[in-house]
Amino acid sequence: MAEVIQQPSMNPASAPEPLLSMNDVTLRFGGVTALDGVSFHIDRGEILGLIGPNGAGKTTAFNVMTGIYRPTSGSVTFDGGSTARLKRYQIAKRGIARTFQNIRLFKAMTVLENVMVGADAQHRTGPISALLGLPLHRREEAAGREIAHDLLDFVGVRGRADELAGNLSYGDQRRLEIARAMATQPQLLCLDEPAAGFNPSEKQALMELIRSIRDRGLTVLLIEHDMRLVMGAVDRVVVLEFGRKIADGTPSQVQNDPGVIAAYLGVDDDEIADEDGEGSDAS
Amino acid sequence: MSETTTTRPAARMSWASSLRSSLGSRLRRTPRWAQFLLMVALALFCYLLPLLEPPVISTPGTDFGAVLFTVSIYVLVAVGLNIVVGYAGLLDLGYVGFYAIGAYTVGVLTSHHATWPWLLSLPAALVVTMISGVLLGWPTLRVRGDYLAIVTLGFGEIVRLTLINSEWLGDARGISSIPAPPSLPLFEIPHLDWSTGVPLVDFSDTTTFIEFGVTDPVPFYWLALTLVILVLLADKRIKNSRVGRSWEATREDEDAAELMGVPTFRFKLLAFALGAFVGGIAGSMFATRQTFINPESFTLLISILFLSAVVLGGQGNRWGAVIGAIVVAYLPERFRGFEQWRVLVFGIALMLLAIYRPQGLLPPRRTVRAQRMEEESQALEVGEADPDAELATAGPVARNPVDDAPVPPDEERSPRG
Amino acid sequence: MHFQYVFDNFASLFIGGLVFGSVYALIALGYTMVYGVLQLINFAHSEVFMFGTFATVWALWLIGADATTMGVALVLSIAFAMVASMITSGGVALLLERVAYRPLLKRGAPRLIALISAIGASFVLSEAMGLRGAIASALGLSDTLGRYVARSRENLGMPTDRTTTVQFELFGYGVTNVNIIVVVSAVLMMVAADQFIRRTRTGRGIRAVAQDPETASLMGVNSTRVIQITFLIGGMLAGAAATLYMLHIGATRYNAGFLLGVKAFTAAVLGGIGNLRGALVGGLVLGVAEGLGAGLFGNEWRHVVAFVLLILILLFRPTGLLGESLGKARA
Repeated sequence: MAEVIQQPSMNPASAPEPLLSMNDVTLRFGGVTALDGVSFHIDRGEILGLIGPNGAGKTTAFNVMTGIYRPTSGSVTFDGGSTARLKRYQIAKRGIARTFQNIRLFKAMTVLENVMVGADAQHRTGPISALLGLPLHRREEAAGREIAHDLLDFVGVRGRADELAGNLSYGDQRRLEIARAMATQPQLLCLDEPAAGFNPSEKQALMELIRSIRDRGLTVLLIEHDMRLVMGAVDRVVVLEFGRKIADGTPSQVQNDPGVIAAYLGVDDDEIADEDGEGSDAS
Repeated sequence: MSETTTTRPAARMSWASSLRSSLGSRLRRTPRWAQFLLMVALALFCYLLPLLEPPVISTPGTDFGAVLFTVSIYVLVAVGLNIVVGYAGLLDLGYVGFYAIGAYTVGVLTSHHATWPWLLSLPAALVVTMISGVLLGWPTLRVRGDYLAIVTLGFGEIVRLTLINSEWLGDARGISSIPAPPSLPLFEIPHLDWSTGVPLVDFSDTTTFIEFGVTDPVPFYWLALTLVILVLLADKRIKNSRVGRSWEATREDEDAAELMGVPTFRFKLLAFALGAFVGGIAGSMFATRQTFINPESFTLLISILFLSAVVLGGQGNRWGAVIGAIVVAYLPERFRGFEQWRVLVFGIALMLLAIYRPQGLLPPRRTVRAQRMEEESQALEVGEADPDAELATAGPVARNPVDDAPVPPDEERSPRG
Repeated sequence: MHFQYVFDNFASLFIGGLVFGSVYALIALGYTMVYGVLQLINFAHSEVFMFGTFATVWALWLIGADATTMGVALVLSIAFAMVASMITSGGVALLLERVAYRPLLKRGAPRLIALISAIGASFVLSEAMGLRGAIASALGLSDTLGRYVARSRENLGMPTDRTTTVQFELFGYGVTNVNIIVVVSAVLMMVAADQFIRRTRTGRGIRAVAQDPETASLMGVNSTRVIQITFLIGGMLAGAAATLYMLHIGATRYNAGFLLGVKAFTAAVLGGIGNLRGALVGGLVLGVAEGLGAGLFGNEWRHVVAFVLLILILLFRPTGLLGESLGKARA
């Protein structure tokens, strides 16, 4: 069912309009400014890296895109329309899917069911058609199951479809999250530090996976801490620091940007979990 | 609500559940047609039960048919409440409110304020309870998980106090002379008599097929059992669909579910409405059989007994809910002297279950399966399991109180073949 | 709707409401403190209170206080009963923490499971009281315990003299000595609890755990101990409330806790659960609202007023009047 995942072919070259754009987005919590006039765009079919030191606002930017936070000012445009009036699940249906920095699977459901929940995003079966076993229900069940198996194969979680998601190994849980997000048949896949906790060879394999996700026609937005890893995998990089965008360009351009170098100087890679977006609503 | 995650696959397996799971896996390996036949046979047995009046199971002192009717009402309620509590993870302490609304709608329409035929009052009662479920859920399902429990508790009490205080609803005296469903007497079926030790067909004790009289509860039981079977079938179909998955995803992690495209609020509301619907069925059956109802039958205590049935059986598993309901409704009737201890015992059971077996007696099948796999790998790591481990961890005092590990690994080490 | 009645009797409904409200407030403190520290609704707190009401009566029996006890002897008897009640309730609260909560919290069980355990504990406690006769006879202690276990399902009345005297008039309402004792002791206890949380080292520990249990334990706060102390204080306040309730109402029974518990919980939520001063405000507001509501709709709707108020608050202002803030107490 690979063709189900494929989006109506969008050739990056012939589509000048970006898939998503953040237009001067500012987000404040009380006195804290988490995002300060951030603007960038994501082109169709590219892999965009979003990097920055801890607390720079990367996850917050994700949260604004997926509708968890509403921007204090500014707007997000996705696929030609504003997301301002959409609920979170509607944004997901429109084609933005994401994974989570701290894995958030449905732990007491099976691996297969986790992915099928994602596939359900594009389905319409309600209680009546399920109750009566209408063709719509049966068709969607079969399709969802097929998509799920296909994606589990694709991300490399094989032969464990009937296990509880919570019982998978750490790496498999991360891969399962990707499969679940992809099952919603998104145009844009947002990965929040998917390589966290991986060893170098696992990281390399993950980057391969991300490239093949792009080859399936998806656009990928990647938050990652490991600079080297990002630079090797992405087409373009946006750098945030203290809620502001400080650089935007190809990996080589950004690597030589003095502002970026300064931002990363003295910043440890193995810090405590990135807490941007979380700490602000606690107090 | 994201913290309301339930059914941790931890905790020991007792011999009972291991027996059950081996039974379950054998059942799953049998071909579908055999499974189907088995279910038909089980249903048939349930229909015949009040006629067979088998010793040991049968209740001395109380009419066995009446007990079976009560049990089937509890089963209905538990299956309905399981949708709300087990599948969707919404702790509802006011479920008795829907039960009461179902019962009172039938009472009001057939006897107290109108003389509708029973067959018409039933669908009306179901519509009314469903609407009341939506009306309660619409504003309240936005509040946090434990607040929801208190709000629903308040709802249940408001329903009861309104019944007591409202003249229009017959105040504390309630409503009487609720008519029976239409009868269609065709033939007589004799019961069995075991008083001599061997089963004898007793032609002096017969049930008319099918006459809903005051004296013979068996036809009411058959009707209730039919409803139980229908509700179970519907439950199975809805659970194994996008709807059931959405409920569970919402229960596990509401935010993540929403971001995966699940309209969580809509599905929670649906769970509430369907739960209310089933509660309404049970309530209207109760009213019909009793022929009179008053607010005394709809106290918070009843809500808690309903909840005990679901928690006891295993939240999220319809057969668990069925077994829980049977335990809660049947045991006190079977052992009458035990009746005054019933609430105390269920209180203790709730505590013990919450502490030692939060997934209930009969947790969802896949939890059991996953647990077994976990145990097997544990056993491999730990080596030969200590044969005394089961005994040692069985008592409440044996648990190490200073053990800070979130999932103490030694708990999964029960010795199994 | 009896507007004229409410209008004519406003002072008496209002002051009567305040008296009830101060009892609610004292019980509400227990809910609020436990919620502040553990983020869970201690559903069984109502039974902690109920045990206090029984302890009050039993303590008076024990020292032989009866309707003839007067003057200083009566005051001392009541004081003794209150101490006994506080000890009993505090003990029950500690037991509750040990048996129903700690095993769950150690495993990091979800909150709904903890609530289910609490509901179970609540029924166990009230049924144990209701079945004390049966339990005693099963143990062969019926004769030894005598009247302490007799008629366990029935009302138990205050043995001492309950005649009240009007001390002074307030807006045409005669304020009685019992009214004064109830309100003044309740407010004094709440101030003491508030100061304890704000000023003492233990209080700081409680606030620290409420704010951030992990950091608190890293900073050397013994969180198990803090939780125990929280339960103990909440239980003792409920015990004090129980004696005041017995002075005011005069009778209790094994299931008297439930309604009071729901009311007190409402008060806690009303003021902002987790907020000590909120409990006081919430208790008084609820008491007055209920008094006026009972006047307006008729006394039989009194409890409905409280339940409706609870639902409305949870829907429209779940953080309560003063906001939720045990950990964030301004100190």
